[in-house]
Amino acid sequence: MPADEIILETRDLTKYYGGVHALESADFTLRNGEHVAIMGDNGAGKSTFVRQITGVEQPTRGDIIFAGEKVEFAGPLEARHAGIETVFQTLALADHLDVPDNLFLGREKTRHDWLGPFRILDYKGMREDTLAALKKTGVKIPDIHNRIENMSGGQRQCVAIARTATFHSKLTIMDEPTAALGVQETAQVENIIHALKEAGEPLILISHNMRQVMDCVDRIIVFRRGRMVADLNKEDTDESDVVSYITGAKTQEQYAAAADA
Amino acid sequence: MAEHYGTGDLKYDRKRRGLPQEMGVFIAFVLLVAAFEAIGRLFLDSSFLFNTNPNLDTLFNEARLKIIILQVAIVGIIAIGVTQVIILGGIDLSSGSVVGATAMVTMSFAQISIVNGNPNPKAVFESGIFFDLPVIFPILIGLVVGIAAGFVNGLLIAYARIPPFIATLGMMVFARGFAKWWTKGRPVSFPTEEFAAIGSGMMPVVYFVSLAILFALIMRYTTYGKHTYAIGSNEAAARMSGIKIERHKTLVYTIAGMLAAIAAIVLCSKNLTAQAGMGLIYELDAIAMAVIGGVSLAGGRGSILGTVLGALIFGVIISGFTFLKLDAYYQEMAKGMIIVGAVLLDQWRQRRQAAKS
Repeated sequence: MPADEIILETRDLTKYYGGVHALESADFTLRNGEHVAIMGDNGAGKSTFVRQITGVEQPTRGDIIFAGEKVEFAGPLEARHAGIETVFQTLALADHLDVPDNLFLGREKTRHDWLGPFRILDYKGMREDTLAALKKTGVKIPDIHNRIENMSGGQRQCVAIARTATFHSKLTIMDEPTAALGVQETAQVENIIHALKEAGEPLILISHNMRQVMDCVDRIIVFRRGRMVADLNKEDTDESDVVSYITGAKTQEQYAAAADA
Repeated sequence: MAEHYGTGDLKYDRKRRGLPQEMGVFIAFVLLVAAFEAIGRLFLDSSFLFNTNPNLDTLFNEARLKIIILQVAIVGIIAIGVTQVIILGGIDLSSGSVVGATAMVTMSFAQISIVNGNPNPKAVFESGIFFDLPVIFPILIGLVVGIAAGFVNGLLIAYARIPPFIATLGMMVFARGFAKWWTKGRPVSFPTEEFAAIGSGMMPVVYFVSLAILFALIMRYTTYGKHTYAIGSNEAAARMSGIKIERHKTLVYTIAGMLAAIAAIVLCSKNLTAQAGMGLIYELDAIAMAVIGGVSLAGGRGSILGTVLGALIFGVIISGFTFLKLDAYYQEMAKGMIIVGAVLLDQWRQRRQAAKS
């Protein structure tokens, strides 16, 4: 896919929970290889927006166009099959298994496939691929055969992210990936994000961490009270500018009519 | 200990991985045997483990060792299936009753027509064609009964989303009723010689050990085993990664039913008879063996090897009570306490794990 082709587009994407307008008419585009941050106060509609794209919920109204085709995901599994990998706030890892097991869960490398459900696992192949993937993304795990339950929160998060990075998804979405992590662990996750950027893989990052956003993305989308209020190139803005959009002190012209409604 | 692989320059700390759980179970096993040995030496002037009969030229008390392993072998076969179900995050209360139903049906197809020159007094079928069948027929029919029961369990749990406790409780009552209905409560006896040979002597131990090795390898080295652990560990994550949860659960319960059927075939062959009450509370014995062996009722944790060790501990306790010349009543009460104690131990392990992470 060419570098600047549009990978994801939403038109008039809207979600009501009963009478609550959680998301109103979001028009959003993401180009291939681009890293975009979504910012906004709690309840601004960030997570609602992501839940529509990843198939966790179905929108009230509006279209999602992914990789050139209009899509309607019935569930998160369909979105994943289409190529959208999400790192959720609650980690989707099996605690009793080790790193390669989790990386390859549901898509194991196997031998003797004629055995059906009793296919023989290719532990060596998965181990080598795991080490290669961790090195590529700069994730440091001292012992990949340790079980997830014995690992720190940061290591778990890195495994969850490395999992998405291993499988060349068309789009990666991270929802607050470092909210619960310490300084060093956060740095590791940011290393992975930079590695994704170098590999030309597009990313949507939801984060409250301004320094992280300025460090990791090309463009910043700001949500406020369920509406998009700003679409900023990183070069044209700074931290206090973004904050004024988040708090409602400023609204970009093209969104002014909607925001006042 | 296995070699380790890692990335980055962080130091590898072996202690973070922890000891394999089976090691703890094995130590408990050794301590228990030592305790019975000590009590025997101190109070009974006899030995639990070693031969004290001067007429026999053996180091160990082989008769006792044989009894220990023989009496756990048949329930042990059931426990292999129950282990997989519990690792999956489920429970199977039906296996004891499935043993009863399977034994009745199997035996009725394994009967001979003439006993001591007279027609078989326990004959189930009145017409002649179901007598003196080649041994493969009762075996296959028995397997079909167990597989069907397990398959229905799986469908109810995976697709109808009935909690495993309720679904298998229903199957437990149904299968016991079926076992009684099959002959209107009468026992079934007099199998063919070939069928009687299946469970004779130490053969049950051979089956138990072979099946344990087979399923230990399957759980360790195949996608079947990996997915069973994954579903028990985090069902939502397993579903998100594309594992077909419903199909896999059905398969695991079906295999548990098949193993209960194998146990039933061996048991009624060994006893040369089948009764509707056969296999009573075997399901709880099997669950106890698994839990003693470190299989967690919360799912995701445990192994076949652990269950085999759990079965041995179970056998040593029962045999030790006989050794101490305690009444059979005490045995039953002790069994009840072992089952509850094993679950307490499991909960303590879970809390400790939760506190660690």
